[in-house]
Amino acid sequence: MITLKDVKPGQTVLVDSVKVTGQARGRFMAMGIMKGTKLKVIKVAPMGDPIEVLVKSYNLSFRKAEAEQIIVILQ
Amino acid sequence: MSAINVALAGNPNTGKSTIFNALTGARQHIGNWPGVTVDKKVGQLIKGNKQVNIVDLPGTYSLSAYSLEERIVKDYLVDEKPDLVVNVVDASNIERNLYLTVQLLELGVPTLITLNMMDEAKSKGYEFDIEVLSQQLGTPVISSVATSKDGLQQLINSLDSSTVKQSKEVGSPLLAEHIKQVAALRKSGKDSELVEEEIIESRYLFINNVLEKALVAKEGVQSWNDKLDNFVTNRILGLPIFIAIMYLLFQATFAWVGQPISDLLDEFVSTNLTDWASGALIAIGAADWLQSLVIDGIIAGVGSVVVFVPLIFTLFFLISFLDGTGYMARVAFIMDRAMNRIGLSGKAFLPMLIGFGCTVPAIMGARALDTERDRRIAVLIAPFMSCGARLPVYALFAALFFPGRESVVVLSLYLLGIAMAILMGLVFKSTYFKGEAEPFLMELPPYRIPTMKTVLLQTWEKGKAFLIKAGTIIFSMSVLIWLLSSYNFSGPAEMQDSLLAAIGGVIAPLFAFHGFGSWQSGVAVLTGILAKEAVVSTLGVLYGVAEVAEEAVAAATQMKASIGATFTSLSAYAFMVFTLLYTPCMAVLGTIKKELGSWKWTLFAAAYTFALAWIVSLLIYQGGLLLGFGG
Repeated sequence: MITLKDVKPGQTVLVDSVKVTGQARGRFMAMGIMKGTKLKVIKVAPMGDPIEVLVKSYNLSFRKAEAEQIIVILQ
Repeated sequence: MSAINVALAGNPNTGKSTIFNALTGARQHIGNWPGVTVDKKVGQLIKGNKQVNIVDLPGTYSLSAYSLEERIVKDYLVDEKPDLVVNVVDASNIERNLYLTVQLLELGVPTLITLNMMDEAKSKGYEFDIEVLSQQLGTPVISSVATSKDGLQQLINSLDSSTVKQSKEVGSPLLAEHIKQVAALRKSGKDSELVEEEIIESRYLFINNVLEKALVAKEGVQSWNDKLDNFVTNRILGLPIFIAIMYLLFQATFAWVGQPISDLLDEFVSTNLTDWASGALIAIGAADWLQSLVIDGIIAGVGSVVVFVPLIFTLFFLISFLDGTGYMARVAFIMDRAMNRIGLSGKAFLPMLIGFGCTVPAIMGARALDTERDRRIAVLIAPFMSCGARLPVYALFAALFFPGRESVVVLSLYLLGIAMAILMGLVFKSTYFKGEAEPFLMELPPYRIPTMKTVLLQTWEKGKAFLIKAGTIIFSMSVLIWLLSSYNFSGPAEMQDSLLAAIGGVIAPLFAFHGFGSWQSGVAVLTGILAKEAVVSTLGVLYGVAEVAEEAVAAATQMKASIGATFTSLSAYAFMVFTLLYTPCMAVLGTIKKELGSWKWTLFAAAYTFALAWIVSLLIYQGGLLLGFGG
């Protein structure tokens, strides 16, 4: 089982499940991150956090703390 | 026919504001939604003899009340029931943009969809069948490009009663099916969080079904955008590029454009305008007190603030431009890690940085933060970023008491300010503003070249707010301070015998254990609340120097004998620390009142900074005495 945090820039993954809880869960899902979504990790910020991800043809950034709670399957 | 009320809704970064500006032009007004720091923009479009009232709703990704903006939009749609909602959709990012659209359609508000950014969508390889899109969504769709005249004209033509009628009537089998499903989910009696999730999934499913028929996607090419982004936020080059851009921003504001114009204006106000006004007043035979009120009170007081206007306009012009290009989101992306350590998001970095120039735009910049809580905290700690007006005070005292070590002394004050901002930020986070932190979730919009109209309008809005303040709050405070400094109970008086001096004497004992308990320092502290640089000129007047030299070293020589007798190096340092931390100036307090919309918070900001300054500078003085730095 790997999480989005472990995915290297340039790799594409499928979201298996979103373990983020509370209100944040709804926000992630509304932004299009849910089971079955295809994601591509674009890059990591110069200081090592947050990360930038391509989702549904736009770029979104969030912290590794949340990326760690997104379970993914490597494509 | 009566006017049509139209609301613009859409995601952030879709060109919604550009469309609003193009529709309303100068016929717009920016206020606040009641009680919160979110812009409320309203404007009018005149079409022949008809009027269209337009509200630009805050940009949101959904209507789910995850944020203040989303609540505002939803409440507005439900309570105010606009005749037509124009939903601006970024065609190059249509899937996520339609999420808000689906929620609008679920609410049943009459919606006209405007596909924007068609050129970008095309370069990504997207082609739309607008007819099919409209049929599937069950609501009218037009394609418009905010930056082209044709697209805009098509939108203007659509803003009429027939579109309103049309948008109310249509529907589609697909939409009806979706709405039925959502209703069934809500009634299912399952756990509410689970229901919410399934509804979100069903919305994206609906969007997929619509796009399957209406969108022909081809393979796009890697755009110049991706290449630029790889360069600008590069792991190695990202930080140096960022520092270079910030350096240029400050240089342009404080060295190349803003400051020179400010200096010219200052020169004009303090010589030409003053001479002209005093000449005119003498010519009409005005009484001495009136001359003094106008010249020493109003012109000097308001003038000292108006000279900041070019600085503020330049800074906001550059920030609005950078914001329009999409770089500001990258600033937050690059700096988030560092800001997160002190409990704020990357978006708080810019306001704090601007604070080193002037606290007023810093506080106005706090609007960009995600939550009301973050905005309040940023507003409360921004004054500790030592602003440019405090520098003359440090420069004078450092030159007097720490010759040869000026830079170290001044640097230590800047660092102390940052430390206090971090400390107070953490204190606020863990006390009054306690609660679950919002996760950082930010779109990195494509790089775009902003339209000049939007940049100029944004600059004007912020600059205007500052001008209005100079005309109201600062005007009245100037008159008050002048009254206090020119009169006592028996009539006109010199400053040292004035009411202000008396008040200075009353508050002086407050600083008895700080090493600067003279009435002169008391008065300087008071006038410093009007404007920080007034601390130096006040001390100049009180210690009998007619015209305080501009240059710190020359001023220091002038005042050496007099100030040197009242201060020691330790008490001078304690006084500088107090100046750094205590109650921000009138212009800042006025801005805080406007941004936080509450006297309670404004008074709190004035009082807690004073208390903190009092404590810290006391600790430094007494600690210094104990360590033997008293001489």
